[in-house]
Amino acid sequence: MVKKWIGRLYALGVFIFLYAPIAVLIAYSFNSGKSRGRWEGFTLDWYRTLFHNQQISSALYYTLIIAVLSATIATIIGVAAAIGLSRMKPRLQKAAMNVNYLPVLNPDIVTGIALMLFFVSVGVRLGFGTMLLAHIVFNIPYVILSVAPRLRKSSARLMEAAMDLGATPLQALWKVVLPEIFPGIMSGFLIAFTLSIDDFVISFFTTGSGVSNLSIEIYSMARRGIKPEINALSTLLFFSVLLLLIGINLLSKRGSKKKNGDELAEQSLMV
Amino acid sequence: MKKTSWLAGPYLIWMALFIVIPLLMILVYAVIQDGTVSLAAFLKFMQPVYLKVLGRSLWLALLATAICLVMGYPAAMFIAGREKAVRNLLLMLFLVPMWMNFLLRTYAWMTLLGNNGLINRFLGFLGLPAMDLMYNDVAVVLGMVYNFLPFMVLPIYTVLHRMDRSLIEAARDLGANSAGVFAKVTLPLSMPGIASGITMVFMPAVSTFVISRLLGGGQYMLIGNLVEQQFLVQGDWNFGSAISMILIVVILVSMGIMSRFEKGEQGGVTPW
Amino acid sequence: MKKTVLAAMALFLCAALLAGCGPKADAGGAGDNVTLNVYNWGEYMDPDILTQFEEETGIHVNYEVYPTNEEMYVKLTKGGTNYDLIFPSDYMVARLIAEDMLVPLDFDAIPNAQYTQERFLNMEYDPDNAYSIPYFWGTLGILYNTKLVTEPVESWNILWDDKYAGQIVMLDSVRDSFAPALSLLGYPLNTTDESQLKEAQQLLIEQKPLVMAYAVDEMIDMMIGEEASIGLAWSGMAMSVLDGNPDIDYMVPEEGSNVWVDCMVIPKTIQHVAEAQQFIDYLCRPDIALQNTEWVGYSTTHQDALDNLDPALTSLEAYNPTDEVLARCDVFLDLPADTKDYMGELWTELKAE
Repeated sequence: MVKKWIGRLYALGVFIFLYAPIAVLIAYSFNSGKSRGRWEGFTLDWYRTLFHNQQISSALYYTLIIAVLSATIATIIGVAAAIGLSRMKPRLQKAAMNVNYLPVLNPDIVTGIALMLFFVSVGVRLGFGTMLLAHIVFNIPYVILSVAPRLRKSSARLMEAAMDLGATPLQALWKVVLPEIFPGIMSGFLIAFTLSIDDFVISFFTTGSGVSNLSIEIYSMARRGIKPEINALSTLLFFSVLLLLIGINLLSKRGSKKKNGDELAEQSLMV
Repeated sequence: MKKTSWLAGPYLIWMALFIVIPLLMILVYAVIQDGTVSLAAFLKFMQPVYLKVLGRSLWLALLATAICLVMGYPAAMFIAGREKAVRNLLLMLFLVPMWMNFLLRTYAWMTLLGNNGLINRFLGFLGLPAMDLMYNDVAVVLGMVYNFLPFMVLPIYTVLHRMDRSLIEAARDLGANSAGVFAKVTLPLSMPGIASGITMVFMPAVSTFVISRLLGGGQYMLIGNLVEQQFLVQGDWNFGSAISMILIVVILVSMGIMSRFEKGEQGGVTPW
Repeated sequence: MKKTVLAAMALFLCAALLAGCGPKADAGGAGDNVTLNVYNWGEYMDPDILTQFEEETGIHVNYEVYPTNEEMYVKLTKGGTNYDLIFPSDYMVARLIAEDMLVPLDFDAIPNAQYTQERFLNMEYDPDNAYSIPYFWGTLGILYNTKLVTEPVESWNILWDDKYAGQIVMLDSVRDSFAPALSLLGYPLNTTDESQLKEAQQLLIEQKPLVMAYAVDEMIDMMIGEEASIGLAWSGMAMSVLDGNPDIDYMVPEEGSNVWVDCMVIPKTIQHVAEAQQFIDYLCRPDIALQNTEWVGYSTTHQDALDNLDPALTSLEAYNPTDEVLARCDVFLDLPADTKDYMGELWTELKAE
């Protein structure tokens, strides 16, 4: 009984830790002063001016599109790679994994400049495409790292067995392997999405042609002092996601009440 | 019998194209100086001042990783123990703060931790003495932990979730208490998740530079700051590349050493 | 989990589409519409001006932003980019000229350049005034909280005063933090003499225990929130601070300091010279210059705009220093590679202490 409450208190503590800065962010989006150093009164001005800001809208658009696209593509490539890697000879696998880590390991600026030099040398103009590619590059290793813990040698062997029994590779993947590693896939996708939303350095060096993202705008604003409009934007984003999550949660609660209590069946259909 | 290792094919090509080649281009800068091949840039790094920077970066990253592990594992256990609907919600709630811009979150921490910050004002309100929370190791490590905690929690959760309950039940039937079950069954089975978590936290933590700049009050020169400075301010790409190469070798070697302690079990993909 | 994530992604896509309604496409000069690629600091130009310019001339502007000169330099020189107009600071202008990266301006095509204030013509970084037109400028000085700093502030010495230990903020920028040390020692800001630089570094090392942090823009909040009482700051930052906290004041010390000027220049990667110069001319038009100056809030180099600004603003020394103050300030020039290397080492030593 005590253990249960210690558990709950601990979780609460962690969540307070995670959300304290967010609360500060939200609070200051209503600050009529421009600075975080001093509270000067309540205002909704920043929310108003936010909607007129064309540059931020454009940046937001690119940020979200690139995040969704790069996370999706990275997940597809990464899952395939992880499964394939699990069947490689240990030495080869180790070498491949070490190369795989390089984007995680390198300071962002090295990855960013390296990719920039590469794109330029191949004659590709920096823009949306190059920024998307760059995001996929640094996302895939994280997908692989997320899927890896749940991959067992047996997974790939089972897939091969299924194919021997006549299944197409896609069927074998879909029915045999994926359900097993699904939490890893979702985890990888979410991590990739998160990294992509927030990236500055790599994005900065691999974009051009008027394509920007939110991080670039925010970091470039830093010399002048970051406008509270950005706080307003973050607050809006935060609450939309929160509302969505709560909405989904309520819907799935209602849904699961209708299903019968077969635990195993549930587990195989949904995470 | 078709081996599925061909699935990795596309990615191997991808890696060669987008990881190896760009990095080779940077490597060129590291070894070519004024038109000749030279290791001068590497030798330049072997001075106490720079080695101290590397040492400090490794130490802080290690500390942050350890704290993430200690904080994150119980959190992952807690989430894995909830019912389905709540689990998903909690996981997403873990990630959502990371979707707010990093710079903004770090600034918010400055508002919280400063001498006139919210925490100290709260302490003052309670009559407690102010704490020196900014521009020191505490702030930097805190910033790192804050930033990387979800990357430790998520992989651990994925292994804890749907862990084979029958093993745990069997252990209990054989008389193990909770601590025994944890130490002998749960923990070893979750090692792959821990390994991934450590990788996803330690590696980026070593090369971070914004956290040390803002929360460390620019007092710190960590290896990430040093590299950034070489590439941008100094314009010394030779030295910058050399440092990156050295960093890569140091980290991959230390991860390799650590993997000796983790006996490969069921195969699959081991992170190291 | 799957449903949650998919739904969240759907939401984001919708938000993205709504937010952008597709952003303005990059025409890249195809067809009738010329598109200019402008690369500027963040928050350094009134966005309305871009729309106004397009309405008046039909020229569309692709506007990108950068946080520092150095990052801009990498994108410019190594990024295969074709920017038509950039806004480097003085020392960066000097460097670009030396590296033959700039196109000389055709002042016949920029008649409004006549409004540049006398004191900003023929500056050291562009002695023949052939490549640049000044944009915004400022000084490097001392921000201090008049409530907490009781004595009169006149000299750089105050940054080394024990009384304010732990309340002093320096700039996290090599040259800007070396400047006060060099000034105090009486050495030129652009010195290449290594012994002089070493002496300056020693001074900075002595100062380090008193320094709370080496900051950049976060200093604004630190001063307003009274976390720090003294700061080394640029006048532009000072304006934001003065705005947020009336107890704070700014001054340029008597030993001399740095004056910085951000300029409009045309890089060799340019695609549309005539249109770029047209845009520069537009920015220098008195009404536009005034509009821009009021929006950006930094000190202007435009005579007409200066004359028409709110006197409350132009009476502030932080915003509009007198000629006498300017006389004791120098611009940063581009330093030779060895000096930069050496200063970098000294700086790393200082930080790693």
